[in-house]
Amino acid sequence: MEMPIPDAGIIARKARIVARLLSVLPETAVIHDPAETRAYECDALTAYRCPPMIAVLPQTTAEVSDVLRICHEEGVPVVPRGSGTSLAGGALPTADSVILGVARMNAVLETDYDNRLIRVQTGRTNLSVTGAVEEDGFFYAPDPSSQLACAIAGNIAMNSGGAHCLKYGVTTNNLMGVTIVLMDGEIITIGGGYLDAGTLDLLGVICGSEGQLGVVTEATLRILPKPEGARPVLIGFDDNEVAGACVSDIIRAGVLPVAIEFMDRPCIEATEAFAHAGYPMCEALLIIEVEGSDAEIDYQLGLIVEIARRHNPVEVRESKSADESARIWLGRKSAFGAMGQINDYMCLDGTIPVSSLPHVLRRIGEMSAEYGLKVGNVFHAGDGNMHPLILFDANKEGDLELCEAFGADILRLCVEVGGCLTGEHGVGIEKRDLMEVQYGPDDLAAQMAIKDVFDPAWLLNAAKVFPLRVSEQWRGAAVAAE
Amino acid sequence: MMMVRDEAELVDCVRGAQGRLSLCGGATRGLVEGADALSLGGLSGITLYEPGSLTMVAGAGTPVAEVEAALAEQNQRLAFEPMDHRGLLRTNGEPTIGGVFAANVSGPRRMVVGAARDFLLGVRFVDGRGKVVSNGGRVMKNVTGYDLVKLMAGSFGALGALSEVSFKVLPKPETEATLVLHGLSDREAIAALALAMRSPFEVSGAAHVPQEGITLLRLEGFEASVGYRLSRLKELLAAQAGEVEVLGAAGSAARWQAVRDVDAFHRAGGDVWRIACKPSQAPDLAEAAKADAHLFDWAGGLLWCRVGAGVDLRARLGTFDGHATITRAAAKTLKQLGRFHPQQTGVARLTAGLRDRFDPRGIFHSEIGGLHAG
Repeated sequence: MEMPIPDAGIIARKARIVARLLSVLPETAVIHDPAETRAYECDALTAYRCPPMIAVLPQTTAEVSDVLRICHEEGVPVVPRGSGTSLAGGALPTADSVILGVARMNAVLETDYDNRLIRVQTGRTNLSVTGAVEEDGFFYAPDPSSQLACAIAGNIAMNSGGAHCLKYGVTTNNLMGVTIVLMDGEIITIGGGYLDAGTLDLLGVICGSEGQLGVVTEATLRILPKPEGARPVLIGFDDNEVAGACVSDIIRAGVLPVAIEFMDRPCIEATEAFAHAGYPMCEALLIIEVEGSDAEIDYQLGLIVEIARRHNPVEVRESKSADESARIWLGRKSAFGAMGQINDYMCLDGTIPVSSLPHVLRRIGEMSAEYGLKVGNVFHAGDGNMHPLILFDANKEGDLELCEAFGADILRLCVEVGGCLTGEHGVGIEKRDLMEVQYGPDDLAAQMAIKDVFDPAWLLNAAKVFPLRVSEQWRGAAVAAE
Repeated sequence: MMMVRDEAELVDCVRGAQGRLSLCGGATRGLVEGADALSLGGLSGITLYEPGSLTMVAGAGTPVAEVEAALAEQNQRLAFEPMDHRGLLRTNGEPTIGGVFAANVSGPRRMVVGAARDFLLGVRFVDGRGKVVSNGGRVMKNVTGYDLVKLMAGSFGALGALSEVSFKVLPKPETEATLVLHGLSDREAIAALALAMRSPFEVSGAAHVPQEGITLLRLEGFEASVGYRLSRLKELLAAQAGEVEVLGAAGSAARWQAVRDVDAFHRAGGDVWRIACKPSQAPDLAEAAKADAHLFDWAGGLLWCRVGAGVDLRARLGTFDGHATITRAAAKTLKQLGRFHPQQTGVARLTAGLRDRFDPRGIFHSEIGGLHAG
């Protein structure tokens, strides 16, 4: 993966930069020993690594502001980092950069049940936001798979989704306000405990900007009352296409499940071998979850099963208890781990119109044969967000490159059928060079113009999102203007 | 008023513009004075509708009525419940889907399902230099690059002219019903609504109409489920409410359309303000507003006030967590007070920066972030 050549002049000034950072942060918050900065060399996209020059771990918005002001004055690139769980390389450093980690900023600042919101520092993990309110009957809806570890800061940067967003939306739909620190240290508050600020929707553009516009230090999040209950039904089919048609029919029938998950045969087989969830061996498996009181759940599951029966399922397993629900979810939740047992894998994240599902699955199967690499498909079928897992052997020369080429072809296919490169993981470095498949020069220029306004010097996470060749001119102009 | 028939004409029109352009769809929210009006009403027509994918793509000038009729045929709807401004503003014309998104127009259900901006999936627009920009797409989950879709929603024609929008739609529920509580004061009503919103019973409308002394709670879904949740809500609110009644599907729908369009203020004169705030602060703000009439929606998160012409309601409200926007007032008042709440310095600078990048010649005459001087 190509990254900009580190600025030797910046690295030569490391001692001075460390000293300046130590003037505003406690000693334990400035990490500059190469033995220790190595801990920040990558995120969850572990194929690419590069230790940063320095890592800092501020505890307050004011400290973040001080750090950014100093880095701005010194012309040092900054890479913001939540918990480092990005699958797209969103937190990959460069050798001349400062990693700004928000992990120590994890306080709950306010819970307000009358107004159904919580205000947190953004280093707080996704699951612990729900943890702070669940005893009182509330939850925070976006639930990315990494929710135990991932930070709200990263969720906001990548506009993270999860299995339940069919009903509750993704991060941007649950974010009411932020405190953001711009690269020059300016602290700005946008939104808050109310809806729809009568301004340009800066909150909307900050969410999903991959840490390129500013560092979000505090967030006001919408919390929701927990449903009375939730239960899934598992439905097996002997044909992918039929399963896809069933999903479409359920949606058209007016049932709005909280989740519709889809697994194909390679994934079912791997999962069974690993987690022994007792799944039927078939071509396609749907897990559909609905919420409400017991009677409401029974009614909705009844409708879903009735629709499914018209598609000749090979198995229908309706959960009647918490235990049965857990067993149904067990396989789905261990799918990634199961695939990881077989081999190394690359997880893609393209989204397609639900109507294209059968065509896309068929094409992926054909490409799998052409490339000679196995693929398992597990994804959020209700919203078309696919997660093809391509298996490869990292120790075999050329396999990673082959896998990446296959992955790129799948993403091109997603765009071709009217979808997009990434539904919830973000572009980062992983899909950076494919952006031109989806967007033309004017489309990308419009996006880069926004970065220009927020971060004119292009110091924040600048080597991500946009193909380097495309952003080069903009980054260059920024350096010239400084 | 200038009209364009397609995107290519729109590009020519923007490139060739000498003075300022005030963009509109059907002009049902009125026109900003002091510029040439450019209507996008000609960019009309649904180009794609996939009910099984819950998505529609349409030209920005497509009438909302046409969109809603097509959706109704498939038993689907625009879940964010866009308000029709014609009654309140006494305008004619045809509301367009592009206008709905450009002004981020939502209704009572906004507090639970999200605003227009939350349903907008993709846009094509022509920026101030005449460049056609595309962002987002027609899929529900998309984090590819920056979200200009959100930025364009509610941008009131400040950054570009929308030519095409793609958006998410939702199934229409089987039925609806509304629980009506009588005789509550503002404070009692907001407390009752807060209690209901904390429950798991999925209230999809929560309003209080002081003039009529009624507090409204809407439930939607399958028949049996609505019945069940109605009875649970009644139990929950038994201590708060005295007399209650239930409106069936037809009565409920009519009632919420009246809330959505603020029917209560249609006949009376004066200015109309829209205050977005924390629900719990709404009764205090209503008191401070000393309005001729007021109405709470979004469980208190939206406060409508009718005041005498020219009154500076922001001065009465003082500082609060939220904002006050003028929906109806004379041009003179709009000019004097500004339609939108004043922005803090940092936000104002970013807004001006974005407008400058997307519209370097300053041709788009928009009130968002303030009209261009001169």
